[in-house]
Amino acid sequence: MTKLVALVPILPLLGFVIVGLGGKKLSKSLSGWIASGVVLISFVVSLILFFHLNQNSEQEVSIKLFDWIAAGRFSADLTLMVDPLTSIFLLVITGVGFLIHLYSIGYMHDDEGHNKFFSYLNLFVFFMLLLVMGSNFLVMYVGWEGVGLCSYLLIGFWHKNNSYNNAAKKAFIVNRIGDLGFLLGMFLIYVTFGSLNYSEVFSQAKFYVSDEPVLIAITLLLFVGAVGKSAQLPLYTWLPDAMAGPTPVSALIHAATMVTAGIYMVARSNILYTLAPTSLHIVALIGVITAVFAATIGLLQNDIKKVLAYSTVSQLGYMFLALGMGAYTTAVFHVVTHAFFKALLFLGAGSVIHAMGGEQDIRKMGGLKSHLPTTYLTFLIGTIAISGIPPFAGFFSKDEILAHAFAHNKIFWLLGLGGSVLTAFYMFRLLYLTFFGSFRGTHHQQQHLHESPKSITIPLIVLAALSVVGGFIGLPEAFHTKHLLKSFLSPVFADSDLRMLPAEITHATEYALMALAIIIVIVVVLLARNKYVVKGELPLQDGAPMTALPKLIAHKYYVDEIYDSFIVKPLHWIGTIFYRFMDIQVIDALVNFVGKATVWSSDRVRLIQTGKIGYYVFVMVLSVALLLLYISY
Amino acid sequence: MLTAILIALPLIAGLFIITAGGASSRRIALAASLIELLISLIALGQFQINAESQFVLNIPWVSSLGISFHVAMDGISLLMVLLTTVLTPLIIYSSFSHNYEKPQSFYGLILIMQMALIGVFTALDGFLFYIFWELALIPIYFICLLWGGENRAKITFKFFLYTMVGSLFMLVALIYLYVHTPGAHSFNIEALYAAGHSLSLPAQRTLFWGLFLAFAIKMPVFPLHTWQPDTYVVAPTQGTMLLSSIMLKMGIYAAIRWLLPMVPQGVDAYAQVVMILAITGIIYASLIAWSQVDFKRLIAYSSIAHVGLIAAGVFSANAQGLQGAVFQMLSHGINVFALFFISDIIERQTKTRLLGNLGGIRSIAPRFATVFMIVMMGSVALPLTNGFPGEFLLLNGVYQVSSMYALFAGVTIILGVVYMFGAYQKTMLGELNAATEKFEEPQGHENIILLICGALVIALGIFPKPIFSIAEPSIQHILELMR
Repeated sequence: MTKLVALVPILPLLGFVIVGLGGKKLSKSLSGWIASGVVLISFVVSLILFFHLNQNSEQEVSIKLFDWIAAGRFSADLTLMVDPLTSIFLLVITGVGFLIHLYSIGYMHDDEGHNKFFSYLNLFVFFMLLLVMGSNFLVMYVGWEGVGLCSYLLIGFWHKNNSYNNAAKKAFIVNRIGDLGFLLGMFLIYVTFGSLNYSEVFSQAKFYVSDEPVLIAITLLLFVGAVGKSAQLPLYTWLPDAMAGPTPVSALIHAATMVTAGIYMVARSNILYTLAPTSLHIVALIGVITAVFAATIGLLQNDIKKVLAYSTVSQLGYMFLALGMGAYTTAVFHVVTHAFFKALLFLGAGSVIHAMGGEQDIRKMGGLKSHLPTTYLTFLIGTIAISGIPPFAGFFSKDEILAHAFAHNKIFWLLGLGGSVLTAFYMFRLLYLTFFGSFRGTHHQQQHLHESPKSITIPLIVLAALSVVGGFIGLPEAFHTKHLLKSFLSPVFADSDLRMLPAEITHATEYALMALAIIIVIVVVLLARNKYVVKGELPLQDGAPMTALPKLIAHKYYVDEIYDSFIVKPLHWIGTIFYRFMDIQVIDALVNFVGKATVWSSDRVRLIQTGKIGYYVFVMVLSVALLLLYISY
Repeated sequence: MLTAILIALPLIAGLFIITAGGASSRRIALAASLIELLISLIALGQFQINAESQFVLNIPWVSSLGISFHVAMDGISLLMVLLTTVLTPLIIYSSFSHNYEKPQSFYGLILIMQMALIGVFTALDGFLFYIFWELALIPIYFICLLWGGENRAKITFKFFLYTMVGSLFMLVALIYLYVHTPGAHSFNIEALYAAGHSLSLPAQRTLFWGLFLAFAIKMPVFPLHTWQPDTYVVAPTQGTMLLSSIMLKMGIYAAIRWLLPMVPQGVDAYAQVVMILAITGIIYASLIAWSQVDFKRLIAYSSIAHVGLIAAGVFSANAQGLQGAVFQMLSHGINVFALFFISDIIERQTKTRLLGNLGGIRSIAPRFATVFMIVMMGSVALPLTNGFPGEFLLLNGVYQVSSMYALFAGVTIILGVVYMFGAYQKTMLGELNAATEKFEEPQGHENIILLICGALVIALGIFPKPIFSIAEPSIQHILELMR
């Protein structure tokens, strides 16, 4: 069983090496199938590990590969482990990851960088697996940075386009800002606990009193990393730009890998966070604010992928809200359901873009329902799932978050509910504008409208099925059924659960909350339908005059512009000043002055010497130094 | 004995080439440097992992003054020697793209330089150390002066004077220590350590600056760095490589061997000041690197930033900081060599180093772009590349002194990406233009060198442990000496 653990990440690594080194020598279909095949086998192995953990009392399977870094008392191994939490992530990463690979075979078929693309996808999966399988923070950090690299490579995949390159660079830089927090968090963990191994850190942490400053500091520093990687305020700006990459990449980044890393990290370190309620509160606050903030931006975006990108930021906010309330299982639950429907939505969007010949502006779409029936149907399912309409996947996980919020903090609940109202609106707006009404594109596009090939629609159908039934792994207790996910994950969160006050709300209240949420969402959907289908309204064209608030939102609150004017440009300016003024005019001029002064003074005593500058310097330095030494001695 | 051979062989080969090398100089030099590499690998194979200095040669030289020809290698020295013996053949091989005039002098000087560098890394006698230290300056001075670019006379002379002034401070410090050695005076390092430890705090403090100035100018540490960018830019590529990938490590190595254990109380008193300077330098040089339009100068400033972190780690004076420093010296040597080589290839093919004139190379030379990418990942310390283990330990070491220092030093992981990825994008990505459209994928020896660099970046990143094991006992020894 332990050997199998190593197989999970090694297979995609192998795929990366074979497809990467094979390059153009491998045929497109062969490299596509190799890359997909290795992930599929990883998925099968992950399934075996999952059933093994599910049936046995064993809580963890691990394998030590080799010693990695050691210095003095510090040491870190490359050890891989699988416990229930990791196991869930493995299934999502390899399962959804495989579907995305499969989809890419069709989607990327005509791209000249086809093989390179698949090698990068494999590498991405490898690093994400490493991230969730490490048995210490350092290995997590390897994966953490590795997915950053892969996102860079894939966002800037079409590297002749410099705006894509900028998006890729931005993603990496913003991620690195977060990574610095993570790195400092690790140092503090090492200084405090003398180790970076989860088992040692968490077992010692248990004996700390709640809200000890060092725990708050550790958890907040790590959280800075999560804010970067999982695109929360104020470091979310890279994610919407990240859609510059080919569409399957967006699906991979938004659903199966990368952005869920922050959730995993907090869930993994749950005992540290549980013992730092102050940090938890901040996590929840950032989460809920991001959830609403990003949802408002989603309302006025007209690029099909941008809408989805902001919805990811928003949904991640919900996950952090859940984490911040100590509802770790709920957050993981939402990771899973979100992976299904968000992968589905992005791949569906890809299918639409494919049919539209690259067009991404929903104002130029419309009426695609009849041309792309499978895409439409699956996209509809995804939209229903993300909007939280029962019995689809998103309903149960989101409802669980809102129920916790209701018990925990009514303001969070209200904001969360508001966010889900916005979500339902912008998602159905997207759906209606894309698939309903009449076609608004060019005549040329209309003639080429076609349903995508099977390699694209099959992943859509599978993901749609998962988006329908995915929620059943976590049915609410009010239904008098077993919360499967909760019981499976319970060993991981046991220590935290002991310390958390259970969020007690009666079943009656829970039913009432569900009913309320459902009614409001349905009303919102009808409103959207009325606006975009019945009345056939269209979003404004670019540059059309807007009132202040919509303008602010349509420009994404000018956050990018603010960062650029107040951080990026001033720093670049300082660099230039340092170079042109400090370095040349001050420091170097001073050096030259000292040199010249020496020459000048040696000129005065020329009578006694031969004129060799080296000699003068020698004598001068020697005498000065001897004098200094004499004084101090 | 092996140590002595390692010193003697390049000297003999160098002198031979100067006198009789002729047109085949570069091949002879390459062969000699490869034999040297082989010998150093034999030393690696025979090395016992402990704190002892091994392969000792200790013969009296000027007995009346207590000077001996005392050379040997402990773990740290061995690693520095390996850095030198691995990079020298690569540097010589990389010159095969150029046809230097007077090749016998050029390659002879490179080998003599190698001799001096190995001498610096193995000398255990203060006087001998000083001799090698100064000796190293002479060949590189001529290499820069005779084969350098525009304005070379003025710039090289400044470099020469600047570093020599530093060395003189060191000489004075060493003589002062020598005078205070117990019993019959000696330049033996152990005796000098004993002398240093016996000194009063004020004396240790003064000596600290004497030694530090010499080492800091060599590295260079902010604000003593202004000779460096000009020299790197004006030197011929192989000169730049010698300076940046090996010679600057003299300063760091010397700080570990000849400063920390020499005047521990002096170090105690000023380590914080040095760390602040070094960390200031990291941010300062990174921001300047970002503003550069000349690729070679950008690499020069990035080197100052990287060395700043190494210096900060050294003066954090703990096991993590020192291990990080030793490891990073090797990684930085490889990476900066590779970067200057890449910049050389680009410049030779496109006739420009200006970032604004470049672009799109990746679309016609994907292999070259991939190696550049790998080296860049090493340079920005991505995990599983050679840049990470060192940088992680350095920052870890710094953190143990002050979390604030680590925060500011850690900004390097952000700014490093800003300027390196910026440079990568401006050279490799985007559309081709007039300067780059005829770029050709490097072939032959260039390709081999690039592949070796890429392989080293990844191999050391995944398996750094053997290097840590070799250095560990020596580092513990130095830390014990500091107590």
